[in-house]
Amino acid sequence: MNEAIVLPFWLELLVSTLLLLGSLFALIGAIGLVRLKDFFQRMHPPALASTIGAWCVAAASILYFSVLKQSPVLHAWLIPILLSITVPVTTLLLARAALFRKRTSGEHVPEEVSSGRDRGN
Amino acid sequence: MSRLFPAPLLSVALFVLWLLLNLSVSPGNLLLGAVLGILAPILMAPLRPQHAHVRRPWAIAKLIGRVGLDVIHSNLLVARGVLRAGSTPPRSAFVHIPLDLRDAHGLAALSMITTVVPGTVWSELALDRSVLLLHVFDLEDEKAFIEHFKHTYERPLREIFE
Amino acid sequence: MSGLLAYAVLASLFIFAIAMGLALIRVFRGPSAQDRVLALDYLYILGMLMMLVLGIRYASDTYFEGALLIALFGFVGSFALAKFLLRGEVIE
Repeated sequence: MNEAIVLPFWLELLVSTLLLLGSLFALIGAIGLVRLKDFFQRMHPPALASTIGAWCVAAASILYFSVLKQSPVLHAWLIPILLSITVPVTTLLLARAALFRKRTSGEHVPEEVSSGRDRGN
Repeated sequence: MSRLFPAPLLSVALFVLWLLLNLSVSPGNLLLGAVLGILAPILMAPLRPQHAHVRRPWAIAKLIGRVGLDVIHSNLLVARGVLRAGSTPPRSAFVHIPLDLRDAHGLAALSMITTVVPGTVWSELALDRSVLLLHVFDLEDEKAFIEHFKHTYERPLREIFE
Repeated sequence: MSGLLAYAVLASLFIFAIAMGLALIRVFRGPSAQDRVLALDYLYILGMLMMLVLGIRYASDTYFEGALLIALFGFVGSFALAKFLLRGEVIE
């Protein structure tokens, strides 16, 4: 680690703001996970951490390391990209599993969408 | 040419991924990245039943920008909805959306977009791909929502993939 | 690293820890199995973001690899659990 580089104040302010913003969004997501009443409502708040929370933290990391090493260090950007590919897969599967389990236990959820029905127009 | 590069976009993406992971552009890493980018799609070609035909890079860029803005906007909406959940519970509902998009890759992209944007979760797709069941966190007007959804996401995807 | 950034990093780690605690409440309280899987999924995302923040705190790249590993294993774990809930079998 190079001790000679002193980070400019604006950069510290920016990195701090991004970190706090990201963690606050993650906290709101967790609050939603605990507070909301219905399972399908609870599927929405975790997206806060995996989108804007991850973006803020990754941006902070990129800014900090790029100035520290005096060259662009972009690899933290892989985390949001990876998340945006993997999170939909698990969320989708979980939503289908929840629909399936609720239907078999007779709870009030929409019928299975079949072709020709529910077409609307 | 097409035998050597069955999926040129995938090759470029793998190459860039390799350089990013290693954080260097030394000749050795450039060579390894190029080998990975050329070999991996060739080895994976038998596994992929169909190729995506992607057109209109400008439409893709516009769609990505649009999704980015929507993510930020709906993040704020969902955050507000969560914090106010005690006094005004969110009006969550399932919405049936009739789809015109049939391309498998386009539908995959659509499911990714709907799930990444907080406030909507892709729940189920009819077997013949004509109806989509979507769960919406806070639904104001069903007709307007369906109109908005088809206009902002489905139409550009049809332009890109069909 | 001077005062401001050090405090901000500590504060954000603290907030992430509170968020993890809340997610753990959901893991234990349930009520259904899919609730627990959803909360576990959230826990791994939070853990990964914490690794990135720790990387800034110690000015080290190594934490990034840890975050990447957590992302991959977390994905596989959540996927297997969700698959299990859907059919009762992980491998068909």
